[in-house]
Amino acid sequence: MKAQKKFLVGSAIILLTLAALAYVGYTQSKTYYHTISEVRTLPASELRQRMRVSGNVRTGSISHRDGGIDFVLEEQGQALPVSYVGSDPLPDTFKDGAQALVEGRLQPDGGFVAEQVQAKCASKYEASPDSAPGVPARLPSSPTPGQSINQSRDSSAGKG
Amino acid sequence: MDIFGSFALLLALGVAVYAFGGGIAGILTKRPLLSKTARNAGMAVFGLVTLAVATIEYGFFTDDFSLSYVSAHSNRALPLYYKFSALWAGQEGSLLFWTWLLSIYAFLALLLNRRKHPELMPYVGVTLAGVQIFFLTLNNFVTSPFHLLGGFDRLGAVHVVRLSDGSGLNPLLQYYEMVIHPPILYLGYTGFTVPFAFAMAALLSRYPGEKWIHITRRSTMVAWCFQTVGILLGAHWAYAVLGWGGYWAWDPVENAALLPWITATAFLHSVMMQEKRGMLKVWNVWLVFVTFMLCILGTSLTRTGVVSSVHAFAESSIGSWFFTFLGIVLLVCLVAWWKNRDYLRSDNQLDSLISRESSFLFNNLILLAASFAVLWGTLFPVLSEAVTGSKTSVGPPFFDRVNVPIALFLLFLTGVGPLLAWRKTSYDALRRNFAWPLTGGIAAGALAFALGLREFYPLVCLILSVFVTLTILGEFYRGARVLASRDGTSLLAGVGELTMRNTRRYGGYVIHFGIVLIFVGISGSAFNKDIQKEMSVGDALSLGPYTILCQNFDQPSTNNYKSDRATLEILRDGKSEMLLYPEHRTYLASQVSETIVAVESTPRRDLYVVYAGQSPETGRPVIHAYLNPLVKWIWFGGIVVVLGTGLAMFPNRSSSLVLRAAAQKSWGESSSPEAARASAPLLRNTGHD
Repeated sequence: MKAQKKFLVGSAIILLTLAALAYVGYTQSKTYYHTISEVRTLPASELRQRMRVSGNVRTGSISHRDGGIDFVLEEQGQALPVSYVGSDPLPDTFKDGAQALVEGRLQPDGGFVAEQVQAKCASKYEASPDSAPGVPARLPSSPTPGQSINQSRDSSAGKG
Repeated sequence: MDIFGSFALLLALGVAVYAFGGGIAGILTKRPLLSKTARNAGMAVFGLVTLAVATIEYGFFTDDFSLSYVSAHSNRALPLYYKFSALWAGQEGSLLFWTWLLSIYAFLALLLNRRKHPELMPYVGVTLAGVQIFFLTLNNFVTSPFHLLGGFDRLGAVHVVRLSDGSGLNPLLQYYEMVIHPPILYLGYTGFTVPFAFAMAALLSRYPGEKWIHITRRSTMVAWCFQTVGILLGAHWAYAVLGWGGYWAWDPVENAALLPWITATAFLHSVMMQEKRGMLKVWNVWLVFVTFMLCILGTSLTRTGVVSSVHAFAESSIGSWFFTFLGIVLLVCLVAWWKNRDYLRSDNQLDSLISRESSFLFNNLILLAASFAVLWGTLFPVLSEAVTGSKTSVGPPFFDRVNVPIALFLLFLTGVGPLLAWRKTSYDALRRNFAWPLTGGIAAGALAFALGLREFYPLVCLILSVFVTLTILGEFYRGARVLASRDGTSLLAGVGELTMRNTRRYGGYVIHFGIVLIFVGISGSAFNKDIQKEMSVGDALSLGPYTILCQNFDQPSTNNYKSDRATLEILRDGKSEMLLYPEHRTYLASQVSETIVAVESTPRRDLYVVYAGQSPETGRPVIHAYLNPLVKWIWFGGIVVVLGTGLAMFPNRSSSLVLRAAAQKSWGESSSPEAARASAPLLRNTGHD
């Protein structure tokens, strides 16, 4: 009985330590996902959080400027102007009409400053049978809004 | 051909339903003949699913582009081995492949045990058939791989379209590891069905004795080995192909594969508590159940895209099927356990904190904590959306913070556990067994500290790795010395004899050593360096001991892809060492781009160079170079783990006579403490199978 008690005490210590570590890791790495329409209605307290927003790149909106690239994300009729300030080259899949996932912060002027951009070609990552050329689609194969899509991995992952 | 394949699948479902229903009827009516027909039906499923798989492969090899699955994942120019592997390139084929591997396992389980365990096997057959029914239902009615292109016209006539060529296989999958990685990982996932079936059967039939636990353990080892290799191959593929400089990102699909691996690892350890001491019976049964459920969950995460992932498989509607099935499985497990919980009563209690038992308990505790943390982090976006309405994800820092200390504590137990005695370990034995390994570990740590290693976790990892390696070597040495001196052979021959006599124990040590190597490799990631720079011809960047000099850029494009390639000269200490050619391709047909990484891999470090693209500002090429120490040890450790598992599965050389002789010998010389101590591992062996 004594050994069992000791074991329980040891277990409790271990689990509490791990829980504390988990909490620290959680606060360090939690990221919010929002759709563009949600971004417009966020309470003030959440406006400054680091977040991920996904949408489609508006055709013709990509413009190069000094120090980065500007473009507009669209989703369900809502638009979000984005400035990319990261140093990584954008993936090749980033082009007009592509699905993009941007990570960064919202600015007071309503624009979004992205430090990371991930993009997925609108047509396919994995060829789906429905998008085979010359065949009418059986089902709409567009992913649900708000779903993250990572074609290129962000290069900061896996370090440390 | 599609009709043939569909019909084979439909028939397979019918036969599986008979195996299930007939099996239950056989158990209830206690008619062995009925049970036998059900068993034969269970085995026949294998043949029928094989026909379906052969049909779809025939479609791939004959370029039958009227099949929508074939046209979507193959083209005429695709090399033959990729046509073969295109079977698992998409949803429908992957699930058919799952079913097929499961049917192979079921066939073997039923065949190999057909004359054994007459009380147990009918239950095993029913459980296996139940799982097969689920997957065959998906294959037949939800994700049939035999859909033809085309459709019905207004009059209801079928118009089949046959394309002149298919749209090809995703270039990311056109890599040799992608031919073997999915089958091996799937062999792991599906393999856990067999121990699940045996555990469920033993519980339902209240099978007396512990024989079933041996079958469950051995079949778990098979699946565990495949799962280990599958995970490592996946990590290696991510490293070699995706071009982001790492091998593990706590991606949902990676986590999905890791979860059953962790619980299976916990089971493989805690099962010894049941075999030796009759403890933890409920726990063990639940570990097997949970492992199976995590396999189903993992498959559904991979196949349904519930949690977003780099693997980004097409989202689909089959998620609800999987979650319904998971619910049913959970319910069956709960009922089976509740009705038979007295069957699982423990025979013994924990006697001391410093004992083998408690090392296993701690091992299980933190493995479970790890799997819980990984599961929680993986499902967090889904959970947070359900609870708070906003989708939140957690990243690698969360997983690292929890799992790194867990991993190091496990490493510690790896060294300590096997040397602790059952029940209670005396202080004397502790000192005797641990003095040298501990001294060695601390000495290694002090040396590394003196040489400038200051990071906490890598330092702990180094100390523990040396400690564990020394304890393992000590175990081999002590045992082998006794055998060698008895037989008058060399120490090396003694090691061989020792190992073959108790393959499970010494195979286990080899596995532990492989894990140590993997840990060493992973700890290298604390020292990863990388640098990214815009480069023109003649530019140089330096990284660690290397200088990377840009010699040339060209576009070696073909009619299949357009490409940007850099020619980089690698200099070390001013001397030219080699040329590396990182490349960035965009395939014209699919517009999918692919990074061709250039890696120079040595045991000490990998130099990993990526052509990252063009700078968004200047349009100049950007080169990203990584210096990743010790990565190679991970892959090498994986090979050692596989060898160890193979060894542990190998039957023991029968040696009851020899053992008795050894026992008598140590008896006779027991006046010498040296000899008594040396023979201790041998005597402890007798309990193993």
